[in-house]
Amino acid sequence: MHTLSQESTEMHEGAREKIAHFINAPDSSEIVFVRGTTEAINLVAYSWGIHNLKQGDEVLLSLMEHHSNIVPWEIISKLTGFSIKYAKVHNDGTLNYEDFEGKFSSKTKLACLSHVSNVSGVVNDVKRIAKVAHDHGALMLVDGAQSVPHMPVDVQDLDADFLAFSGHKMLGPTGIGALYGKKALLEKMEPFQGGGEMIKDVSFNQEKGRCGISWNEPPWKFEAGTPNIAGGIALAEAIKYLEHLGMDEVLKHEITLTEYALKRMQELKKVTVYGPTDVKLKCGIIPFGVQGLSSHDVALFCDNFGVMLRSGFHCAQPLHQVFKLQSSARASFYIYNTTEEIDRFIDVLKEMEQF
Amino acid sequence: MSTVEDYVARIEGTCGAEKDVIVIFKYEKKEEAIARILKKAELKNNLSGIIYELTFKGVSFRVYSSGKAIFRSIKNRETLNEILAGLLF
Repeated sequence: MHTLSQESTEMHEGAREKIAHFINAPDSSEIVFVRGTTEAINLVAYSWGIHNLKQGDEVLLSLMEHHSNIVPWEIISKLTGFSIKYAKVHNDGTLNYEDFEGKFSSKTKLACLSHVSNVSGVVNDVKRIAKVAHDHGALMLVDGAQSVPHMPVDVQDLDADFLAFSGHKMLGPTGIGALYGKKALLEKMEPFQGGGEMIKDVSFNQEKGRCGISWNEPPWKFEAGTPNIAGGIALAEAIKYLEHLGMDEVLKHEITLTEYALKRMQELKKVTVYGPTDVKLKCGIIPFGVQGLSSHDVALFCDNFGVMLRSGFHCAQPLHQVFKLQSSARASFYIYNTTEEIDRFIDVLKEMEQF
Repeated sequence: MSTVEDYVARIEGTCGAEKDVIVIFKYEKKEEAIARILKKAELKNNLSGIIYELTFKGVSFRVYSSGKAIFRSIKNRETLNEILAGLLF
């Protein structure tokens, strides 16, 4: 109860309110602090999935999901026996909506979909899929790791039941993120981890020789142990900065950069861009390959010039199977990037083409 | 007596279907390591002193002036250690 603890609690809970407002969550109690998107999805899998998914039930995913939106469901499907169906992705990396929607049935209990692909930057119409999910009595989980940092996201407009995102992709520190969950769902869910803070009462029963436990209210029910207080506050500060810029402006800037980069990449003879090149379909991510070089060669070469790319599967191996690629290099843009930096990136790629 | 560990900071498998291996040389030893490798291996291609394509005992690999090397089709860590020892000593 001392002053400093009160101040830090107020700042931490204030951060929760800030995050709720940022994604237009109706109530700050619908925001659970987690380590990041991966932990958020695992929380839903273990606190909701294990207790609500059984043999005969189905979970729908897409082939463009990040491994963090595949592996938790594959793990718990082995525990409870439910089935998983993967919706197809077109060769250009866009979602096959007909296939996704055609897979819904009375057995479907949950649909999980990335709002934006972390490989291709393709923006998915998650609102459309959420509507179909709800028409079938299923829930909708949105992986917002690549959308919340880059565009306005409104959970009420999307009608998402769960939305997961990470702080480190939006100017915040690593090790902090948030799970949005509709209040009615969070209230019915079981705890994720056990420990302090997530309980209301732990009383030892002399006769039984055991402890009787009652859970705290959401969101604290899902936040066992000392929270990442500094991380939560820092994430809220990052959000304040993004709100100051305006998320519409953030998106506009990224689209301008993406359009410019795609146009300039056409000058390159050995470079192939994967996925759609229409900026109406995507965000600021460009996966590509260079003839005769592996994606790791491309990344290491660019690194020599201070151009930082990611290479490999980007934790989305199934999508690379769709693209029939061994791996890819990925350029991505954010608010701090400029067209001058893209010019330098193109110059480096031109130099690389000499090899 | 010097060992491979004196020059190598980390060895990582790449993420991707290629299953290549990246050798990251110690920052303070990278220039010496690259110089030793260039003396031993056969140079196939070179771009601006940034990237060297080399072969050694039938193994193809690329060395970057930033102090990293990508080895392809390496059977296991022991084979890689043998190749690195052959290149560095």
